[in-house]
Amino acid sequence: MATSEVKTNDPMIDPATGEYRVIAQGQTFRSVTEKITRIVLTPHTPLGWFALFGVGGAGATMLLVAVTWLFLKGVGIWAITQPIAWGFAIINFVWWIGIGHAGTLISAILLLFKQSWRNSINRFAEAMTIFAVVCAGMFPLIHVGRPWLGYWLLPYPNTMNVWPQFRSPLLWDVFAVSTYATISVVFWYIGMVPDFGTMRDRSESKLGQYVYGMLSLGWRGSVRHWVRYETASLLLAGLATPLVLSVHTVISFDFAVAVLPGWHTTIFPPYFVAGAIYSGFAMVLTLAIPLRKFYHLEGLVTERHIDNMGKVMLATGFIVGYGYGMEVFMAWYSASHWEAFMMWNRMFGPMGWSYWVLVTCNLFIPLTTLWSRKLRTNIPFMFLLSLIVNTGMWFERFVIVVTSLYRDFLPSSWGTYRATKWDYMTYVGTLGLFTALFLLFVRFLPMIPMSEIRMMLPGAKIQPKKVAEAGD
Amino acid sequence: MPPREGTYGLLAEFETPGDLIRAARQARQDGWRRLDCYTPYPVEEAAEAIGFHRNKVPLVTLVGGLMGLAAMFSLETWISVLAFPLNIGGRPTYSWPAFIVPAYEWTILWAGLSAAFGMLALNGLPALYHPLFNAPNFRDGATSDKFFLCLEALDPKFDRVEAKAYLESFQPVSVVEVEY
Repeated sequence: MATSEVKTNDPMIDPATGEYRVIAQGQTFRSVTEKITRIVLTPHTPLGWFALFGVGGAGATMLLVAVTWLFLKGVGIWAITQPIAWGFAIINFVWWIGIGHAGTLISAILLLFKQSWRNSINRFAEAMTIFAVVCAGMFPLIHVGRPWLGYWLLPYPNTMNVWPQFRSPLLWDVFAVSTYATISVVFWYIGMVPDFGTMRDRSESKLGQYVYGMLSLGWRGSVRHWVRYETASLLLAGLATPLVLSVHTVISFDFAVAVLPGWHTTIFPPYFVAGAIYSGFAMVLTLAIPLRKFYHLEGLVTERHIDNMGKVMLATGFIVGYGYGMEVFMAWYSASHWEAFMMWNRMFGPMGWSYWVLVTCNLFIPLTTLWSRKLRTNIPFMFLLSLIVNTGMWFERFVIVVTSLYRDFLPSSWGTYRATKWDYMTYVGTLGLFTALFLLFVRFLPMIPMSEIRMMLPGAKIQPKKVAEAGD
Repeated sequence: MPPREGTYGLLAEFETPGDLIRAARQARQDGWRRLDCYTPYPVEEAAEAIGFHRNKVPLVTLVGGLMGLAAMFSLETWISVLAFPLNIGGRPTYSWPAFIVPAYEWTILWAGLSAAFGMLALNGLPALYHPLFNAPNFRDGATSDKFFLCLEALDPKFDRVEAKAYLESFQPVSVVEVEY
């Protein structure tokens, strides 16, 4: 992309490379520490925070109501029935897990590739992962009908002498998702330990010093500790990378292992993983853009980050597009009557509109506009685009689940699907829960990893003695 | 361990990582062995300077991962073959390809937990009390923007007066004595 597209006198642009800077000029160790700790340690909570938390809390309360009623009445209050036994619960499960994946991608894969620009955004991307997994994990549990017996999924010695069936992808899911949740939390917490040390030392209230002191585990920044810490971080990143790829692969097995037209296809694992990263980056943008504005973090989360995330979305969007194309191609090439009908029905049947929403939101709009650097660094446009892609990815899962199921082999068993208010309340409720959890994170935990930002500052460069003396 | 008394060590404060590394390298060369550097972010060169090159975190992680793999694969095999054999379409009870997925997940789970908790254990954390926190300037800088070199009293070369003069030869911002 030509540099002439952007203003050349913009101080955020590095004249040496013509790229946006990862961190604004003039930041020092102390200014970064001040900026990030002040957001948390200030006794004044912004009014806007309370307003948003009220909205999120209302959503979470609605979720509580919906789930309580579900527990009292059973899954019959949802729209699921034959032939569509997997409705909103599985759509939302896959959607939320997918969103979580970008957090792991940013924190793990980009760390392994030494993409240091990620340092500004990895902490809240990881937080997003954890809260998304919390929302996701709930859905299969409340979908099982008797959630209080959910522990039957685990292999444990019991008086019934019954053990789980390890050949089922649904059981693989249990291990994949529980491992993913555990490793994400551990990675997130370990990443925060040094920053908790900073919070402990900067906090002026007794309570803050006590709580952050406990959380910091007594971190004191010994270089011996740092070396082991860095090794452990790298190893965790190396472990989280195959993990994140395997989690959505296993989730795609839930579909791909079934012998159903529209599900039974080998393209699913890579196409699910790419879709997960695609929607996850969209969600990171949805969160990052208001956050940097609201907390004045434009110097740390810069246009460069928005630009790079746009590029990742462009790439994964094309992989997803390839997946869609391949499904259509295989419907024709397989010469299977059922496959061909499923695809025709998916596109032009009574619920065909959902397919075209998905194609518009996931392919037409993002893949035509993301080529332009001007648009990739246009903040309001990117925010809007992130919402569009999130919608599109939700519809992708809707299309996969519903349009593959509603007209199966036998016309006498055809049905339709119309979600009930309880379905909507549960879905919107998880959005509220996610928002509320994220706001708590922003208020009480350091949302940008200070120790990793310090490594990128000019002060971290080791100067030979003479220069150090001659300089400031 | 009973609480000790007296001097823990001498703590020199530096403004830049470069000054810290030069001082640490020199001290190591001059025969100091009980010394440590404290920095607000990872400074690999400082660890090299005090002669800390290898750590056991990778080994702990490997052992943990292998244990997870073995644990889950044997559990699956035992359940599917012995404890609760199910005939599903005549497929063999020891259908190992299907066992790979949970075994793979548990390899990662155990390896990840071993890496995280192994790192903490090797670091001797959690340790909520440490004598260095008594130093007046340590908590203000070590987790924010200052760089520290500590010569510990346990070093056989340690002498309060001589060590203080030695540290001052590096022109630090300050040298303070740390009590237990």
